[in-house]
Amino acid sequence: MLEERNFKTLVLGVGNRIMSDEGIGVHLVERLCDKFSLPEEIQVLDGGTLGLDLIYFLEGIENLLIVDAVQADLEPGEMIRLQDDAVPAFMSLKISPHQVGVPDMLFAAKLRDVIPQRIVLWGVQPSLVELGMDLSPLLESKMDTLMAHVLEELVGFGHQAALK
Amino acid sequence: MSKIVIDPITRIEGHLRIEVEVDGGVVKDAWASSTMFRGVELILKGRDPREAWAITQRFCGVCTTVHAFASVRAVENALGITIPNNARILRNLVEGIQFVQDHVIHFYHLHALDWVDVVSALSADPTGTSDLARSISDWPNSSPEYFAAVKRKLSTYVESGQLGPFANAFWGHPAYKLPPEANLMAVAHYLEALEWQRDVIRAHALLGSKNPHLQTYLVGGMATPIDPNSQAAINADTIAMLKGLFQKAKDFVNRVYLPDVLAVAPFYLDWAGIGEGVGNYLAYGEYPDKDGTQLFPRGHILGKDISKVLPVDQTKVTEHVSHSWYEYDDESKGLHPFEGETRPKFTGPKPPYDFLNTDEKYTWMKAPRLDEHAMEVGPLARMIVAYASGHKQVQDTVNLVLGKLGAGPEALFSTLGRTAARCIETVVLVDQLLGWTDELAANIKNGDIDVHEGSKWDPANWPETAEGWGFIEAPRGALGHWIKIKNKKIENYQAVVPSTWNASPRDARGVRGPYETALIGTPIADPNMPLEILRTIHSFDPCIACGVHLFDTKGRELNRVTVINPNGSFSPLLKLSGLR
Repeated sequence: MLEERNFKTLVLGVGNRIMSDEGIGVHLVERLCDKFSLPEEIQVLDGGTLGLDLIYFLEGIENLLIVDAVQADLEPGEMIRLQDDAVPAFMSLKISPHQVGVPDMLFAAKLRDVIPQRIVLWGVQPSLVELGMDLSPLLESKMDTLMAHVLEELVGFGHQAALK
Repeated sequence: MSKIVIDPITRIEGHLRIEVEVDGGVVKDAWASSTMFRGVELILKGRDPREAWAITQRFCGVCTTVHAFASVRAVENALGITIPNNARILRNLVEGIQFVQDHVIHFYHLHALDWVDVVSALSADPTGTSDLARSISDWPNSSPEYFAAVKRKLSTYVESGQLGPFANAFWGHPAYKLPPEANLMAVAHYLEALEWQRDVIRAHALLGSKNPHLQTYLVGGMATPIDPNSQAAINADTIAMLKGLFQKAKDFVNRVYLPDVLAVAPFYLDWAGIGEGVGNYLAYGEYPDKDGTQLFPRGHILGKDISKVLPVDQTKVTEHVSHSWYEYDDESKGLHPFEGETRPKFTGPKPPYDFLNTDEKYTWMKAPRLDEHAMEVGPLARMIVAYASGHKQVQDTVNLVLGKLGAGPEALFSTLGRTAARCIETVVLVDQLLGWTDELAANIKNGDIDVHEGSKWDPANWPETAEGWGFIEAPRGALGHWIKIKNKKIENYQAVVPSTWNASPRDARGVRGPYETALIGTPIADPNMPLEILRTIHSFDPCIACGVHLFDTKGRELNRVTVINPNGSFSPLLKLSGLR
């Protein structure tokens, strides 16, 4: 039950699936798996709001693509692309273990020397962050663009994805 | 009198916010607030009860398994389902290793920074650290060269300015008491704990999931297949691998975690007299054996009286909202979760604000009470109930720890006691994992591979209405889910989570919650760096920021500490990090 496959690339959707736009990363990876057939060397994960647990999945990969909701002082629905050192990696003073986020995970990955060679983050400024299983209409309308960006990154990593 | 506010400005909304009044260097009063509305129960109404666990698992990124577990137990209780023995063992294993991981990670990655001055480790003599490490444990990573390498790694990060925590924590605070050599040892073990936790992820993967979220819960049992002849199921190889991983976990707990707690605690014995809390302890109990007897027993203790373990009657659980941003028709009393309502009504100040109006409503947390008593939940509550119930192994381990510290049982009722209890519990629990694995192996050998009771799976076999509750011990305390089912759908769903007990606000009678009570009397050396408040709050292992994990591209992921001086002026210390 323990598959030790050699993945080259990890697509990691993070966010809270029950907080509407906050979960856009998770929505994205769900649709990526539904609509496209991906080569074996790509692992796609719904990272939810897990923190340090995710480091395990960074072991041995070359490319990490993170999709998340971001607070970047943009207009709702606007997107941002960050790469490598521009993706914040640090450990914060925390009141609760829940505050372990992507920056903490990346920092811990550095400490453990399992940081991937290439890291790309695609972030979307949310418009609605409240309880709900669906995206806001605005972010829903951005999903095709976001998916196109993700597919383009995969091509950049040397992969091909085909519509199912 | 001055007022200190600690408010994590994490992501969009705040989470746990603490306001304290300080006079003469001592906390005089305290208020705990959660500044984010969750109300996750609302999205469960009208759904299929068999699917509820997959949603409740998203309540929280840290406690995914416990919310899934509480949910399936609530449905099983409502429908009268008894799960097969193998499912019980698998649940114990999934939950048990989760506990062990959670406690170790809490200690090294969250709480240790309250006691360990990382910057001070830079001035340690690695030979001295080696001597110290060898005097407390036979753990192999203990040579002077090993600690010298850790020190070099640490200096690299500090010099490159990448270490967020070193810019943001309270390094150099006078309340740090460890010598540099001990600090360096703790930093080394912090790194080892990070490495170690990958084994836990592997164990979870073996127990049935490639995905970071477990997919194996099922109303009526587990979805983990057992088949001695299949590579895609639990078989003899899986059992052997699990045993290897559990043995490693046990080694780490007994030879690193416990010795570290015993080595650090003597420097902080004053904290055995600080942070007592409400003195009432509630445990739902956990880890049933074949006959249903729980490893950690159910019960409650009132007024620190460990001569009497009182039973837990779930009908006596109520939630008050007199100081919470919700509406009840009659707010002078609490409501049982079956009658529970989640009618949000925010009456707090509009952000940005300096203070909450703590005389009125000031939090999104409800105030749970057991028979009108505020109760502490968590490892300390479980260990006290187990100790008072005569649990031999818990008593022995508690006595061993107290003996090494030269302290009496009263030391348990404190911030230090809470931290020690978490370690004691880990020591007792990690011992069970191998035993449960053997039990599972024996069943498989005897041909018992049943993991699911399916007779009530079909809603056609359900009554028109049903109600039930699912109790579980989460790492941070007693968790309960209550469900009402009508016409095969969820009619009402309420979760009373551990941190709602601990971070409870005042109730209708003005009785404070455990955090609020525990903070009163805490000494504060420097109001601008309220390290002492974090020590006590962290000792409870708060679990509140469950809602939102938005990524801040500017790296503004920190706590804001605001100190209000007597003359009314205030100096917000907004600490930024992560920008390079």
